[in-house]
Amino acid sequence: MTEALADVARLTAAETAAAIARGELSAVEATQAALDRIAKVDEAVNAFLHVDTDGALAAAAAVDASRAAGEPLGPLAGVPLALKDVLVARGMPTTCGSRILHGWYPPYDATVTTRLREAGIVIVGKANMDEFAMGSSTENSAYGPTRNPWDLNRIPGGSSGGSAAAVAAFETPLAVGTDTGGSIRQPAAVCGLVGVKPTYGGVSRYGLVAFSSSLDQAGPMARTVLDAALLHAAIGGHDPRDSTSVEVPVPPVVEAAQRRDVRGMRVGVVRELSGDGYEPGVAARFDEAVAVLAELGAEVVEVSCPHFDYALPAYYLIAPSECSSNLARFDAMRYGLRVGDDGDAGAEQVMSRTRDAGFGPEVKRRIMIGTYALSAGYYDAYYGQAQKVRTLISRDFAAAFEQVDVLVSPTSPTVAFPLGSKVDDPIAMYLNDLCTIPANLAGLPAMSVPAGLSEGLPVGFQIMAPAFADDRLYLVGGALEAALDARRGYPLLAAAPGL
Amino acid sequence: MAITRDEVAHLARLSRMSLSDDELDALAPQLEAILSHVARVAEVAAADIPPTSHAVPLTNVFRTDAVQPSLPVDEVLAGAPAAEDGRFRVPRILDPQE
Repeated sequence: MTEALADVARLTAAETAAAIARGELSAVEATQAALDRIAKVDEAVNAFLHVDTDGALAAAAAVDASRAAGEPLGPLAGVPLALKDVLVARGMPTTCGSRILHGWYPPYDATVTTRLREAGIVIVGKANMDEFAMGSSTENSAYGPTRNPWDLNRIPGGSSGGSAAAVAAFETPLAVGTDTGGSIRQPAAVCGLVGVKPTYGGVSRYGLVAFSSSLDQAGPMARTVLDAALLHAAIGGHDPRDSTSVEVPVPPVVEAAQRRDVRGMRVGVVRELSGDGYEPGVAARFDEAVAVLAELGAEVVEVSCPHFDYALPAYYLIAPSECSSNLARFDAMRYGLRVGDDGDAGAEQVMSRTRDAGFGPEVKRRIMIGTYALSAGYYDAYYGQAQKVRTLISRDFAAAFEQVDVLVSPTSPTVAFPLGSKVDDPIAMYLNDLCTIPANLAGLPAMSVPAGLSEGLPVGFQIMAPAFADDRLYLVGGALEAALDARRGYPLLAAAPGL
Repeated sequence: MAITRDEVAHLARLSRMSLSDDELDALAPQLEAILSHVARVAEVAAADIPPTSHAVPLTNVFRTDAVQPSLPVDEVLAGAPAAEDGRFRVPRILDPQE
């Protein structure tokens, strides 16, 4: 039994759900397999901040009861999932990787959480992350870093590093992450996974603790393109509780993942997202993947997006500005930590003490950069100018999509780097987001799909599409995945060292 | 792009964070490095370009003004640092010297 369940943990989400639907596996067994695997490896990986054993087994038992009663099951019913700790779920603490929310239990479910529960997906726990989703390595978590299952001395990417590591370490087949500047795609890339940032407005932000409201978007992380599509379809769609949610149906992502056909598609290689600064192994895997798409019948052209060179500085003004405003809500009055309330200190003093004690260094840096960029005398030169650059980046995308159907680039300039190697150098850390930020600024959908290994570590291939053409990501990503798996003879994650 | 320790202290006050002297010393060069990097946005000629605050063009999203149940008060207050009589209890907000 134990051996059989160990194999269950390695099934994809689609395989798990199919086995449950056929009655070959119960949802409780699938969940127990995930819990067993977590018990075995998570002390080393630290993907989870909280594991809800009882809640997960109860949710799984409910799926088994539905099946026994002959009720129809959704396509992911009974599949275990790791939920990034920035999305609230009743019955589990939400920390956002921060001391300031230590021990806080949310009184409501995020819309993403509600949709997961309605789909019969089993939330086994909350995944570690960079504090308030600020970072590219998960080293900014107040609860210790997550480690990359491919090499425990390396970072899993961030900020959704716990979500990525949980899936790559075969703890859960699925995870939900969030992506403000690359926080789904970069960890997916360096852990050998598929990760998708949907079109802004495509997935509800209700119950997603806000970092940068005009950029934040939740999305799927999985071991296959099809699994990501199934999860995308489960969590996406309009939500009246989020005024930035768009009334557009979820694009046909599952059909696209199944069709995975690029014949006749025009694929644009972004000139500004290549060249110096990319590790040779990353550049080589990228070039090979582009050649594969051409062999599969895509027409490959080079396109120029000149303002992408300014995406990184624009982002690191806009995101900190929004963060300095959003994180003002952590005021020590309504939830979380309160420090120095000695009966003598006034509210402002308590607030200031609490925020100093509760926020980590990167969050403090970003709040202060944002405060600076928004302050009188600097607003036009910094925040205002960054917003204009944002317009120009959107125009670059619009011009490019007149010539091509999708744009492609490496997901990240490097493979996973050693823990501690960039943590004291903010600019070096920010450069990890070079390729992923443009899609956030323009609100466009983008995917990272595995392109192979460089010196034994995964490399990600990024695909970007026009707004609400998320299905194109799955057409291209699915075709590339199938071709590379066939060439290799096995899925990339099968090459990961055992834990 | 020099940023002085006094400016960092001022930003900390505006941000309501009582940073220690060590933190202020560490942050000054870091903020300077970050600001000199992001200041590159000034190189872009954008005088006539409208700003984008939001990637999706949505305006005036309304919902019907219907009464909805509130969050469960007990659960909300259970997550508060201090509560009393069904309300948040906060430190004094007025200065007794004034």
